[in-house]
Amino acid sequence: MNTLLDDFAAALLQDSVTCPPGLHTWNGSDPAQRFAVRKNNVTASLIDVLAITYPVTLALVGEGFFREMARLFVRASPPRSPILALYGDTFPAFIQGFTPAASLPFLADLARLEMLYVQSYYAAEAASVMVSEMAGLLADERRLAQAHLTLHPAVAVLRFRYAAVSLWAAHQHRAPTGSMSRINLEEAEAAILMRHGLVVEIFRIEEGAVTFIDNLRNGAAFAEALDMAAPFN
Amino acid sequence: MTSLIRGKPLVLDAATTTSSTLPPCGDIGLKPEHFREILAQQPMLGFVEVHAENYMVAGGPAHHYLERIRDQYPLSIHGVGLSIGGQDPLDEEHLAWLARLLERYKPESYSEHLGWSSHGGTFLNDLLPLPYTTATLARVCSQVDRIQERLGRRMLLENPATYVQFSASTMSECQFIEEVVRRTGYGLLLDVNNVHVASVNHASSAHDYILGLPLEAVGEIHLAGFAEDHDSAGAPLLIDSHDVPVAQIVWDLYAFTLGLTGPLPPLIERDRDIPALAILLSETRHAQALMDQLIDTPTPATKPTPVHK
Repeated sequence: MNTLLDDFAAALLQDSVTCPPGLHTWNGSDPAQRFAVRKNNVTASLIDVLAITYPVTLALVGEGFFREMARLFVRASPPRSPILALYGDTFPAFIQGFTPAASLPFLADLARLEMLYVQSYYAAEAASVMVSEMAGLLADERRLAQAHLTLHPAVAVLRFRYAAVSLWAAHQHRAPTGSMSRINLEEAEAAILMRHGLVVEIFRIEEGAVTFIDNLRNGAAFAEALDMAAPFN
Repeated sequence: MTSLIRGKPLVLDAATTTSSTLPPCGDIGLKPEHFREILAQQPMLGFVEVHAENYMVAGGPAHHYLERIRDQYPLSIHGVGLSIGGQDPLDEEHLAWLARLLERYKPESYSEHLGWSSHGGTFLNDLLPLPYTTATLARVCSQVDRIQERLGRRMLLENPATYVQFSASTMSECQFIEEVVRRTGYGLLLDVNNVHVASVNHASSAHDYILGLPLEAVGEIHLAGFAEDHDSAGAPLLIDSHDVPVAQIVWDLYAFTLGLTGPLPPLIERDRDIPALAILLSETRHAQALMDQLIDTPTPATKPTPVHK
């Protein structure tokens, strides 16, 4: 048998205006209307979380479209944890399968980049290799070749089917005007993310560099990681 | 009045806590928008308060700034995610996160809400109302006991803002709170705005509500702004929105409370449409003026002079 809280929780996450049983109001007004206020706040607050995580996705589709798409996602995948910083990590996959957005095939890639940005932003701290130590390593080819480097937790690389990195860059406030029109959306791109001080930086890199970084992450020594990757600058 | 203020314990003694209590001075909720400004200006504040869950991330700017601000100010950590009174068993993983956070920042105060927010493993991102029954009472008390035991400190619980009531309730919210205080020894975070919101929404007396509370257990006060809507019968329905300044009627209710408790500095909560830091600081100064007035006035200050717009 359902408890009062079972019914209350179920009604919160439904689209219909049904009111859970067992509620009353002092003046006999419709409890469903009061309940709807709370229900709308719950959904709106979670959409707000996604809007903060995915600002460029929002800019590309507009506020109205974004909020409706996000609302359907919130219904399908409500948070499983009270920690909302990384809520919506499956939103890019949802966008990929979201038919009304099919005319913007690059949208899911862009959303993937935005989620990766947030993950890098909140990644753990780690001590970096001292510049002097790194310089010594770079000067000693043999030692460098055999070095096993550990990547900082905030470093991430990702490949995209579309020009997600250029799209993202064109929406940053320092982007030169007209940068959107120069993008070839069909061009596959790759990105590296790193945190510099308190700021996450995103750079477009070549395919071979992604493989190299992935190899390092998987424990390959420097020379080995390089050998297994396509040439890059 | 002065002797009453001096004689009355403003916060319970620290016997069951591992830390001191919050100092008496105006306080604000700490928002990322104000991190740099607070560090640069170092305004006079009793303490700052953060939502625990916003700092349950591995690293990055949030911790960078909180560490620096915590060096300068006493800190209150206010949880919104433990789902107290909910049917799910306490989320031990979340409790472990809280324990790490409390260990790292050693806040002077730690609080949660009387209300549930998770169900069947889904987080509902709101502080939901409870039926006030003996079954709920037993559940809340055992959860509070477990939390206080796991974290090794006393916690404060905040009274909720509610829009509807459960027909199944067999006791008033005040009776419920009093009983939980008696059984668990937790402290009360009295949200004066929530009292006003709930009393309008249920056509009850906010003054009677406050008079009915175990005021000796109050360890912190919250003030915030509300939004106004209407129910299907056209009666006012107030929403605990935290997106506008504290309303005059809530300042009045705060002053009434002060007359009973003696000076208790309030924390000004603002979670949406975050204004300039100076605006929040002006609200803390208004609170200070009300407390000063209380000390200077021989009778309880229930009619403060509004200086706040």
